Amino acid sequence: MILRGGRILDPQRRIDRVGDVVIRDGHIHAVAWDPKDIALSPQTRVIDVSGKWVVPAWVDMHVHLREPGEEYKETIATGTAAAVAGGFGAVACMPNTHPVNDCAAVTEFIRRRAQEQGFCRVYPVAAISKGLKGQELSEFGELREAGAVAVSDDGRPVTNAALMRRALEYARAFDLVVISHAEEESLSRGGHMHEGLVSTRLGLQGIPAAAEAAMIARDVLLAELTGGRLHIAHVSTEASVWILREAKRRGIAVTCETAPHYFTLTDECVEGFDTVFKVNPPLRTRRDVEAIKEGLADGTIDAIATDHAPHSVLEKDTEFQDAANGMIGLESALPLVLGLIREGVGNPLDILAKVTCNPARILGIPMGSLEPGSPAHVTVIDPEAEVVIDPEGFQSKGRNCPFRGWSVRGRAVLTLVDGLVRYPFH
Amino acid sequence: MGFTRKDLLGMRDLEVHEIETILDTAQSLKEINTRSIKKVPTLRGKTVVHLFYEPSTRTRTSFDIAAKRLSADTYSIATTTSSMVKGETFLDTIKNLEAMRPDVFIIRHSASGTPHRVAQRTTASVINAGDGMHEHPSQALLDMLTIREHKGRLEGLTVLIVGDIAHSRVARSNIWGLTKMGARVVVCGPPTLMPSHMDQLPVTVSLQLEPVIPSADVIMVLRLQKERQGQGLLPSLREYAAYYGIDRKKLAQAKPDVLIMHPGPMNRGVEISPDVADGPHSVILDQVTNGVAVRMALLYLLVQRDESAL
Repeated sequence: MILRGGRILDPQRRIDRVGDVVIRDGHIHAVAWDPKDIALSPQTRVIDVSGKWVVPAWVDMHVHLREPGEEYKETIATGTAAAVAGGFGAVACMPNTHPVNDCAAVTEFIRRRAQEQGFCRVYPVAAISKGLKGQELSEFGELREAGAVAVSDDGRPVTNAALMRRALEYARAFDLVVISHAEEESLSRGGHMHEGLVSTRLGLQGIPAAAEAAMIARDVLLAELTGGRLHIAHVSTEASVWILREAKRRGIAVTCETAPHYFTLTDECVEGFDTVFKVNPPLRTRRDVEAIKEGLADGTIDAIATDHAPHSVLEKDTEFQDAANGMIGLESALPLVLGLIREGVGNPLDILAKVTCNPARILGIPMGSLEPGSPAHVTVIDPEAEVVIDPEGFQSKGRNCPFRGWSVRGRAVLTLVDGLVRYPFH
Repeated sequence: MGFTRKDLLGMRDLEVHEIETILDTAQSLKEINTRSIKKVPTLRGKTVVHLFYEPSTRTRTSFDIAAKRLSADTYSIATTTSSMVKGETFLDTIKNLEAMRPDVFIIRHSASGTPHRVAQRTTASVINAGDGMHEHPSQALLDMLTIREHKGRLEGLTVLIVGDIAHSRVARSNIWGLTKMGARVVVCGPPTLMPSHMDQLPVTVSLQLEPVIPSADVIMVLRLQKERQGQGLLPSLREYAAYYGIDRKKLAQAKPDVLIMHPGPMNRGVEISPDVADGPHSVILDQVTNGVAVRMALLYLLVQRDESAL
């Protein structure tokens, strides 16, 4: 297969140039700047992608696929279909399933199910603690062997600082990154939205920004103490960015991600009490949104992940304070990330790195590159396509999309995984 | 100007002319409550459903009396007698009740925003009778009616709201309503009971009570939930009473014609001393009387709303 005449953007190798990508036997065979350099056989499928962007398939390092246990919300099949429709060739799925992914059997189940039914690569993230209970470490070594690429108690913080210390230490033996859901529960407990002017007006108990930043501060100090690799999930506040910037300046091995809703939406959205805007960490203020963009611009924030969290109407069509936290994101992320480029937050290579080679590097997975010889995971993007976001047409089972009805620009027109066309669907 | 609103959800949404219409209507309906036959046929054939998902004696009784004096048929659903205990969600309950074609839902719920979510999915009128820590508009309206009766106006007055501002829907509704009508609002309470970013609302914040008493035309005392001590928000009720309770000694610094108000139920000896609650400045029982008139006005205006103006 040849992808002909597209703008090739390979952030890892800092390539931004029009050319052809030749795919053979599931791998990138060559990247050529002159069509004459390519030997064409009559069987070769040539796809004209002029005017389009040819980029490494996107990597979402933070999703909830809900299987096993909550298949009514999402399955590995529907979640990965949503992924490829959104331009993602790989997802890392969080362990808060039922049962929890805290043992090799569950990790193996996810991997097997993904091979049988999945549309993209699925990289399981295993639990830090058995049952996500925050008491005893799960068996990192066995989990690593079974295919886990990271450990996290995502959805819950590791409240016990000593356990977090041991996790960061023990993970070093297996070269696992420890992903922290940073939330100081004694500050956040009982809260339903960001604590600020809007929560005061709405009479909803707030979650102060300090609940997140305080835990990040603890965890970067523990990373410094242990030398373990720390990654902070879903960064949402200005103070969090500030602490992480300082930690990196100090040379601490920490990386972090944010999500499109944290650089796009604010707590003002909660006016009207629509539970689609209930998420943890909560939507913050305009000032936090600006700080997140600064963090993306200066490299403090390494990755953009969706924290795709499908829920059914059972969890969402209820009183605000009783509604579940979470938003879906796989099928709306791409135009919002491209929006950062249009806004001038970063150049195409720097922004695309945050959804390709950076998350791949953090997780240590063979994704995020168009280098000849590497597996052909490729996304072709039409950056100018006008799209009205319509969750009713999503592949995901979730409809809890906060961007319903938004007019945006950019969509994936082709997603290749291991050289196979996984989107559009046949 | 006609009253065209389907729902009464909060004071924050109301325009000045709407507040004036409600207060004027309440004032004119108040006379019915002094007759020997306290009933008019205005809402005959209309159905009012009370949905109270939180304990309430005063507000529910007040709404019920108001509806009955206007000849509406009223039905009450409280948590213990509803399907809630059978696992049905609140919004399912609403859908089922909606199918019986009521004209008005009067809703009290511990979750902020619930009346708003209901209002979006019913054609019946919804009156918010108190939602979480958010709003309690009928209370603010009866407070404003009471102040207007005693002072002849709202504009230019200084109203001091004292106590647990953070958890108070009464405070929020009064802040919106009073400031729209041109009153100056001062809120006072311990910092642990003051919500964040209060200084960005149109109020003056004081963490000490005594300095702000002399300028007040009205002192509105809020109920202090005794649980606040257990939640770590207060060291003791004793210290709260000493610094933020209204007693005769503190009242001596006030204007001679100051009004003392309380939305009830009172913790006598905590936020208000018994002699102040029953003293000459107290208009607490007038508030209760005006509550019926204000709620009659709301039912009347919402049910008879000027649909031609829509």
